[in-house]
Amino acid sequence: MPPHPESWLRVTPQGLYCEPGGFFIDPVRPVGRAVITHGHADHARPGHDAVLATPETLAIMRARMGEGAAGAAQQPIRPGEVLEQGGVAIRLAPAGHVLGSAQVVLDWQGSRAVISGDYKRQRDPTCAPFEPVPCDVFVTEATFALPVFRHPPPEAEVAKLLKSLALFPERTHVVGCYALGKCQRLIRLLREAGWDAQIHLHGALASLCRLYEELGVALGPLAPATVANKAALKGAIVLAPPSAVQDRWARRLAEPVVAVASGWMRVRQRAKMRGVELPLVISDHADWDELNRTIDEVGAPEVWVTHGRDDALVHALALRGIRGRALHLVGLGEEDEGPAPEVAEPASAAEGGVQA
Amino acid sequence: MSVPAFAALLERLVFTPGRNAKLALLRDWFATQPDPDRGVGLAALTEELVFTAAKPSLIRDLVAARTDPVLLALSHDYVGDFAETVALIWPVRAGVNTPPPALSEVVEALELTPKPELPALIGGWLDTLDSSGRLALIKLITGGLRVGVSGRLARVALSEWSGKPVEEIEEVWHGVAPPYLALFRWLEGNADKPDPREAPVFRPLMLAHPLEDADVAALRPEEWRAEWKWDGIRVQLTAGPGGRRLWSRGGEDITNAFPEIAEAMEFHAVLDGELLVIRDGVVAPFAELQQRLNRKAVTPRMMRDFPAGVRLYDLLFEGGEDLRPLPFDARRARLEDWVARIAPARMDLSPQIAFGSVAQLAEIRDGARAASIEGLMLKRADSPYAAGRQKGLWWKWKRDPLSIDAVLMYAQRGHGKRSSFYSDYTFGLWRPDGEGGEELVPVGKAYSGYTDEELAWLDRWIRNHTTGRFGPVREVEKSLVLEVIFDAAQLSSRHKSGVALRFPRIARIRTDKPASEADRLDNLMSYVERRAPAEEDAAG
Repeated sequence: MPPHPESWLRVTPQGLYCEPGGFFIDPVRPVGRAVITHGHADHARPGHDAVLATPETLAIMRARMGEGAAGAAQQPIRPGEVLEQGGVAIRLAPAGHVLGSAQVVLDWQGSRAVISGDYKRQRDPTCAPFEPVPCDVFVTEATFALPVFRHPPPEAEVAKLLKSLALFPERTHVVGCYALGKCQRLIRLLREAGWDAQIHLHGALASLCRLYEELGVALGPLAPATVANKAALKGAIVLAPPSAVQDRWARRLAEPVVAVASGWMRVRQRAKMRGVELPLVISDHADWDELNRTIDEVGAPEVWVTHGRDDALVHALALRGIRGRALHLVGLGEEDEGPAPEVAEPASAAEGGVQA
Repeated sequence: MSVPAFAALLERLVFTPGRNAKLALLRDWFATQPDPDRGVGLAALTEELVFTAAKPSLIRDLVAARTDPVLLALSHDYVGDFAETVALIWPVRAGVNTPPPALSEVVEALELTPKPELPALIGGWLDTLDSSGRLALIKLITGGLRVGVSGRLARVALSEWSGKPVEEIEEVWHGVAPPYLALFRWLEGNADKPDPREAPVFRPLMLAHPLEDADVAALRPEEWRAEWKWDGIRVQLTAGPGGRRLWSRGGEDITNAFPEIAEAMEFHAVLDGELLVIRDGVVAPFAELQQRLNRKAVTPRMMRDFPAGVRLYDLLFEGGEDLRPLPFDARRARLEDWVARIAPARMDLSPQIAFGSVAQLAEIRDGARAASIEGLMLKRADSPYAAGRQKGLWWKWKRDPLSIDAVLMYAQRGHGKRSSFYSDYTFGLWRPDGEGGEELVPVGKAYSGYTDEELAWLDRWIRNHTTGRFGPVREVEKSLVLEVIFDAAQLSSRHKSGVALRFPRIARIRTDKPASEADRLDNLMSYVERRAPAEEDAAG
């Protein structure tokens, strides 16, 4: 009987560790050997000795961290290629999350574990689609693992943005989106919807857009959203990191309509709390239905949940006779759509606000 | 496709803080939606249409039958709002290809369907909708849209969209009913203006301009009449064979909130006046009237503790006779005569103030320190009753504001154009902390009064002196003194400090003053005035 993955894949303070192979997957601290699923900062961290990842993920890591920090020895591996390390066969399969994102497929002595990294099943014109791989243990994320999270088709959300532009043609539409993945996907979706005009970018988004283009994802005409360009920003689409859309940087915009593209926008209170005027439910993570469908497709009798709403997912799995286990990995879910900090108002400020 | 279209409108309205943007969304709705749905949507937004057929428990049962209880509880816990949880968690049923219902279809079916069949009907509708459509439907049928569209805003949007003056729309509004087919026909130029006949309708109020110092010199005393400006809410009373209504300044029907006033309206006339809490002829501070506002049900206890009355300013119609074209003096004579004759309960005349010169008038204004008086009203003796704010006919001459030096405690970012600025300021005053020291207690919040330059300066100061963050709120170092001006200070049990300010705004940034020298709560308390002047004083 093949060994249970529990005996060769362990949770350590650095992250998930494959013992016979001697490597970590998405470790949170510098290690000797790391396999990286994708380039978001909570998964790809600087300072490892040897890094194994897709060529795109390696390129993203170099661009974000600089050559020195992105792994002393970088080894690219394309989806489908197999590499052996200490008797463990390592293979990557597309995860559909962002450009270069991959699941890690590990086979050891006839037992297979698949570590999904972050993933989604919705169409994404900027990266290869998720590929379900049958396995004994499926290690999944659970960012949006509540049945209230069901992402609508992204095309419909982009249509909302374009309808708003038609209704308020004088106002800048500024969309808060994450620099890696969401930004470029949004641009491609806009191009598909027929928006051929220049799209303006906050400085923090420019370098990754350039990298995407170098890696073969065409984005069309882009321009910096600089103060000098103020006149051009009337009625324009401007993309910026979510933290910038309502801060001082945004003063250069013409009466902006503030939009944010994120899976969290599905819940009104979240959007209202952040003062978002046009919430766009576009996510690079699997929603509730996608998570459950994926788990059924890979047919694993056991599912480990790395981060997110593991309580709801483990409960739903138990209802179908699948053994669920929450790993409580720390440090994940902190970049892209990691949960926003909860808001508490000081009682005194709220009280002082009651007006006659 | 009209429930989805309505849902899309609702969603935009809920998230849109700006008035102009709201107006644009409403104009687009009127321009693009077919009858009768655009009228049904309008009625739902302004809460002219309220449903009670479906109770929240019906929705709860529907969703409980379709979801796992643990997942429902976890979801509700996360989302907070139950209607929204249901809208989001509602499972998609494969194979449903019925189109979503039209708004008018929903309204009609809710009226006609026997109660036992309602769950199946509503469940079927929910199956045809997406999440925002489901939320709109649930909020609609359980009566809780709350999207911040007042009737007044809707009428302004109708006016902007159609080009008809808003005053004309106001006059017919309460004589037409959802789905407003006759109204839309008129607004689109396809029919005459609807005739409200006997129906009690709102007549747009005549409003006053603030009197600036430059205007004072030009006043010729013999041409003007003076009254106190009472600090209540401006109302219009309409009574006749068609019914009785109490309208707010913006034309909202507030009759049900003041049944004792409605009961006293045993006449056929239209009057203009100030709604106040009046005890033994003495006007209570505004804060007491506020206890009666925005309440759905009025208890006998509320009516006893906060008895409402109306101080009459003007007579617009007597019987069917329209007095509005008459000069003010003639209307006033008719009003005095009418009050003497009819002697309506809970109503009295707003007394006129005699004066011989503008200087004397200024003295009278400065002498009025009662919290129930905001200042003076000046009305031209020959002015007709003209809707809206016509310059040079009526002036409001508020008394000089009161002022305190307070310490900035918290700041919050504004909305719309100000969303990147910390523009809302919570300020406080010193009081003993009970341990021999002093502590700051928040006394109010202001978001106006400063110049653009001062706003930019404050924003920078706040960012550089933040000591804590609570979501959108920043706590700052307690070292900046602001001079805050306000119209009155009133006792309030709803405030930690025990006092509430009327219309506080920032007058000056006092960088010259150390925080320790800011005012104490006692200083503010000395401004609190609980009593109105005696009547003979007011009659002056």
